[in-house]
Amino acid sequence: MSTIRILGLFDDFDAAAHSIREVRDGHFPALKMDDVTIKSPIEHPDVEELLGDRPAPIRKYTFAGSILGGVLGFLFLASSQGNFFAQHKGGKPIIPLPPDLVLTYELLILGGVYITVLGFLICAGLPARMRSDLYNIKISEDQIGVMVKSDAHTVAEIKKIFERHHALSIAEEVIE
Amino acid sequence: MPDFTKGEEKDIRDTIAWAQINGDVLRSLSKPRFAFWALFTFALCLFSIGVACEVYQWRRGLGVANFDNPHVWGLYISTFIFWIGMSHSGTLLSAILHIIHADWRKPIYRFAEAMTTFSLMTAGLFVLIHLGRLWKFYYSLPYPSERMLWPNFQSPLLWDAIAIFTYLTSSILFLYVGAIPDFAICRDNATGWRKHFYSMLSLGWMGTDRQWRSFRVTYLTIACFLIPLAVSVHSIVASDFAMSQQPGWHVTSFPPYFVAGALYSGCAAIITLFIVLRYTFRFEEYMTMPILDKVGRLTFAIAMVWTYLNFVEYASVWYGDDMYAKDLLIQKATGPYSPFWWGMNFCGSVVPLLLLSKSVRGSPTAMMIVSLLLNLGMWLERWMIVAPTFSHGYYPWTMDHDQWPGFVQWGIVLGSFGWFGLLFMLFCKLVPSVSMYEVKEMVYHRTLAQRHAREA
Repeated sequence: MSTIRILGLFDDFDAAAHSIREVRDGHFPALKMDDVTIKSPIEHPDVEELLGDRPAPIRKYTFAGSILGGVLGFLFLASSQGNFFAQHKGGKPIIPLPPDLVLTYELLILGGVYITVLGFLICAGLPARMRSDLYNIKISEDQIGVMVKSDAHTVAEIKKIFERHHALSIAEEVIE
Repeated sequence: MPDFTKGEEKDIRDTIAWAQINGDVLRSLSKPRFAFWALFTFALCLFSIGVACEVYQWRRGLGVANFDNPHVWGLYISTFIFWIGMSHSGTLLSAILHIIHADWRKPIYRFAEAMTTFSLMTAGLFVLIHLGRLWKFYYSLPYPSERMLWPNFQSPLLWDAIAIFTYLTSSILFLYVGAIPDFAICRDNATGWRKHFYSMLSLGWMGTDRQWRSFRVTYLTIACFLIPLAVSVHSIVASDFAMSQQPGWHVTSFPPYFVAGALYSGCAAIITLFIVLRYTFRFEEYMTMPILDKVGRLTFAIAMVWTYLNFVEYASVWYGDDMYAKDLLIQKATGPYSPFWWGMNFCGSVVPLLLLSKSVRGSPTAMMIVSLLLNLGMWLERWMIVAPTFSHGYYPWTMDHDQWPGFVQWGIVLGSFGWFGLLFMLFCKLVPSVSMYEVKEMVYHRTLAQRHAREA
């Protein structure tokens, strides 16, 4: 059976939320809630309540980036101070910890920020090619889109739900 | 005129339609008005003066700028600190106020973030310019070379380079990531080359719940990084001075004093650009007088912190045991630099008292004048930190009180303002200077709160 994507556009969050609740409470056997997506001009305030917890593990990237930035930064500094280019220190430490800690702190932040942005791109699925027809420029303006992917029968039921909640427009595409 | 200071007027009209927000902001990206071209031409003239002076200095050496020993830093390093300070505006408005959920920042934080980036790009120029022979800049980079030299990792000057690089790149990423949803709006409404340009910048953003969730966490995380980073950057700039043995610089309170000064000048610059943008792009609907009032109050609070730390610095020197530092302080107040030193104290500590007046905070003209005076005070502060110390050192041969910056120094300083202005104006024509999605959020949440209040 073919898989179809359907996008309903609503003029406010309330109508979109009501239709998602009805889709969720409909217990369609072929529908997984992970296949329900909200597209909106701002973040939906009740997105977690509607779609369930969808964690974005960006903070793990942040943690890894910070540790990596700090450790590699310190190793870079220490190795450059301790290598054969080492300047004559006149009895002072070859690897002076207090100034190195200042620099390590900066490089920890550098690594943290860079890898956080990398994590953002990975978790948000960016950059993405906008090949799907199921995008409407009204979504970036003032309308809320609810997109569902499922089989033809389920999509037909969902279309009725969208119509009951006065969707401004409904579009479909066959994806496989 | 309604008295908004009594809370009668809202930060923003909560009945603005979302489509109107898009339309108003996107209009600012279209064909420039006469006021824009006038400002652009003025900035270009200033920049050209700076370039001409730099070329002249390049060919003839630093002597033409009236540098000699011991006067080696002059206006270049003073202005470098000034621009680094200005860069704290974005951190304050974007990061600090974001974390404490002050949502009135939303219509004005984007240009403050841009200020941060462009201020740092301007400050970086002075690091190169003050070297004189800037084609040998790569000598100071940490890489193994045939000269068998590494930079001195114990020097705050190297810390400065790394801290500013971190701050600049992090600020650019913060500005860029925060603007991705707005680039998508631009993409959806643009044609021609702009369509391709914004399509590239928006990375295929479609506003899905997954993208918004990742975006929210990322923005907050970078904001959390930027706050300690901004504090460390200006603390390190302060360490350039405080860790030396020069009279007047070896002061323990310099790092917090510099950070407060940075936030102060950043706030004053926000007021200036707020008013310029409000009139140039007709953003009266978004850059409202109640928001200007809040920025004015914030500026006053930071001005008082700066004033306190300024007096702490004077007291530390006055009651300290360093006769050279005390002598320098007396010299600043009574010597040839005294008009500028008193001017700094007047502009930095007395002028902000005007912000206590509701009528001053309610008048864009008065706020413009006050903000320019505050920034003049902050620029003088940096000059009064750098120059007098070089003209009144430990040895009699360093006590040369009649050394003033040459026209080349002044020209390059003016050029830096032109450079900043050009970058900022180009930014305003390419990137929405008001965050559309955040203003929508602001309007939406306020409407929602009102509805809940009515239902309760």
